[in-house]
Amino acid sequence: MSSMGVAVDERIKETSKLRKALIRPELGAIVGTIAVFSFFIIFAGDSGMFNAQGVLNWSTVSAQFMIIAVGACMLMIAGEFDLSVGSMIGFAGMSIALISVTLQWPVWVAILLTFALCIAVGALNGIIVVRTGLPSFIVTLAFLFILRGFTIFFPQLIERRTIIGGISERAEGDWLAPLFGGKIGGGFFNWLADMELIGVFTRGTRMGEPIVNGIPMLIVWALGLMVVAHIVLTRTQFGNWIFAAGGDAQAARYVGVPVNRVKIQMFMFTAFCACVFATCQVMEFGSAGADRGLLKEFEAIIAVVIGGALLTGGYGSVIGAALGALIFGVVQQGLFFAGVESSLFRVFLGVILLFAVILNTYIRRIITGER
Amino acid sequence: MKTTIKTIAVSAVAATALMGASSAMAEGERYVLVSHAPDSDSWWNTIKNGLALAGEQMDVTVEYRNPPTGDLADMARIIEQAAASAPNGIITTLADPDVLSGPIRAAVESGIDVIIINSGTPDAARELGALMYVGQPEYDAGFAAGQRAAGDGISSFLCVNHYISSPSSTERCQGFADGLGVDLGNQMIDSGQDPSEIQNRVTAYLNSNPDTDAVLTLGPTSADPTILALEQIGLAGDIYFGTFDLGGDIVNAIRDGVIQWGIDQQPFLQAYLPVIVLTNYHRYGVLPGNNINSGPGFVTADALDLVAELAGEYR
Repeated sequence: MSSMGVAVDERIKETSKLRKALIRPELGAIVGTIAVFSFFIIFAGDSGMFNAQGVLNWSTVSAQFMIIAVGACMLMIAGEFDLSVGSMIGFAGMSIALISVTLQWPVWVAILLTFALCIAVGALNGIIVVRTGLPSFIVTLAFLFILRGFTIFFPQLIERRTIIGGISERAEGDWLAPLFGGKIGGGFFNWLADMELIGVFTRGTRMGEPIVNGIPMLIVWALGLMVVAHIVLTRTQFGNWIFAAGGDAQAARYVGVPVNRVKIQMFMFTAFCACVFATCQVMEFGSAGADRGLLKEFEAIIAVVIGGALLTGGYGSVIGAALGALIFGVVQQGLFFAGVESSLFRVFLGVILLFAVILNTYIRRIITGER
Repeated sequence: MKTTIKTIAVSAVAATALMGASSAMAEGERYVLVSHAPDSDSWWNTIKNGLALAGEQMDVTVEYRNPPTGDLADMARIIEQAAASAPNGIITTLADPDVLSGPIRAAVESGIDVIIINSGTPDAARELGALMYVGQPEYDAGFAAGQRAAGDGISSFLCVNHYISSPSSTERCQGFADGLGVDLGNQMIDSGQDPSEIQNRVTAYLNSNPDTDAVLTLGPTSADPTILALEQIGLAGDIYFGTFDLGGDIVNAIRDGVIQWGIDQQPFLQAYLPVIVLTNYHRYGVLPGNNINSGPGFVTADALDLVAELAGEYR
C-alpha cells in the first residue's frame, strides 16, 4: 500500500465517532445491565442486596456464569455449541475428588490431571465435530450424557456414594489449591471492618472478624478469563480466525484460515473454562457431587445470547457475554432480595432472554445493514 | 418496534404487580426456608403449605427458596444470600455437610437463628450451632422398616432410588437392608427422576430378578411410576411393597392393598414447627429443650381417611 492511501481510503464509508461508539455487539447487554441494576436499586435497595455480603453474593454467582459464558462465547463465535459444559463441571469435580481423596494423590496432581483430561475430552468433541461434519449440537449432547453417566458411575462403583467429601483437608498446604479456592484482599476487608464500613460476626468462633473476608479467586478467574479472551478476540490474528471460522467456514478456508484447528482449540478452551469452574467449586466447598453443574450449559448459552452473540456464529463479543452473565446472576439473586416468589424466576429469565434477543437483533440489523 | 415497547410495558406492569403483592405481607419477624429439592419434586409442596400456614397463624413473613435443579452448590449460594438479607431465622436442610456447613455456620455466627430440618442429624445440627433439628433420622427409619419387613418374611428387595446424589436417600436403602439383615449389594437402582424411565427400570429389574420379594421406593417420585410398573407386569398386590413418604397415588395404593405401608415423616411438621418455635423464641424467649422427631410413622390401610383427604396438601 502506498504512503498516501493510509490516511483516507475512499472505499471505506465514513461513520461518526458517536455512532461507532454506540453500534457494537454488547450495546444490548450494556443497556440491559443498566436497566437491571436500576430496577433492583429501586425495588431492593434496602434489603441487604447492596451491602458487602449481598454484593459478594451476586458477584460470586455472576462470576460463575461468566467463567463458562466466556468459553461458550468464543466457541459460539467460532460457529459451534458445547452442550456438555454442565456435565463436564460435574465430571471434573468428581475427577479431582477421586484422584485426591480415593487415590490419596497430592491435590495439585489431581488438579493438573483433571485439566489435562477435560481439555482432552474437549479436543475429542472438536475432532469428532470437524471430522464427521455432524452438528456440534448432537455430538456434545452425546457427551452431556456420557460424562454425566461416568460422574455417577465411578464414585458409586469405587466409594458407594455420589458425594465425595474431605477434599478441604487434603488441600491444606497444597501450593496449587489456593489459586482456585482461596481469597485475596483479606487485609483490605479487615481494614474496612475496623472502619465499621462492613459488618462483623457477632458470635461464635469468628466473632469480631468481618463477614466478608476477601474476594474469592472465582471472581479473579472470571475477570482474568474475560480480559484475556477479549484481547485475543479483538486484537490478534487468531481472533480474526475465530470470527472467520464461524462466519463462513468455506470462505475462511479459501483465504488460508486453519478452520478445523481453530474450532478444535475453541472446544478445548470451553472445556478448560468448565474445568476452572469445577475446580473453584470443589476447592471452595470441599466436596464433589454427581449432580453438580446440571443445566449449566444452557445458562452459559443464555448469558452469551443476552450478550449479543449470534447463535449461528461469526458475531459476538466477550464483554457482552460477561455482561450477560452479570445480568443473569444479578437477576437470579436479586429477585430473592426483592421478595419475589422463587418459582417466578424462570418467568423473568424467559422475558429477559426474549427481550434481549429482540433488542440485539435490531442492533445487529443497524450495524450490518441487513434487512 | 411498537411490539418491543409493548413487551417492555407489559413486563414492567407485571413486575410492579408482583412487587406490590410481596411488600403487602404482614409486618413482623421474617423467616426463610431453604430446601435442597429441585423444582420437579412435588413432595415439597407439603412443606410449602406447612410453612405458609405457620406464617399465617403466627403473623410472620415466610419465604421458601430452593435450587431449581437440586444442585447443592447453588443451594449454598442461596443460604449465603438469605443470610445477607438479614432475616430473623433460617430454616434449612443439611443435604451435604461439606457444602452447606460453611454457609450455615456463617449465618449462625452473623447472628441469625438456624433450625435444621429434614436431611441431617441432631449431632450435625448441634455442631453447626443450630437451635435444633426437626426431622426423621433416615437410617433409623429405614432400619425400622427393614425390621418390619423381616417380620413379614422378606429376604430380598429392590430399592428404587430416584435421588441417588443425596446421601440420605442411600441411607434409607442401607438402613432397610441392615434391618432385613441382608447385604444391600446391587439391590439399589439409580432410577432418575423421569416417570417413564423409572417405570421401565423397575420393570426391567423385576423381569431379570424374578425372585425379588419386596420393593422399596423413596417417595412419590419413584413410588407412583413403580405402582404403574407393578400393575403392568401383574405384580401389583402380589409383591411386598413399602414406601417412604406419602402422596395422593400412594394413599390410594395403600387402600387398594398394592402398598403395605408408607413411612410418613410428616413433612408438614418440619416446616410448621420451626416457624412456631422460632417465633415464640424471638417473642417470648422460650425454646423446647430437645430435637423434634417428626417421624417415622407407619401409615397402613387402617385409619386412612384423614390421610387420604389431605395427602399431597398437608400429609
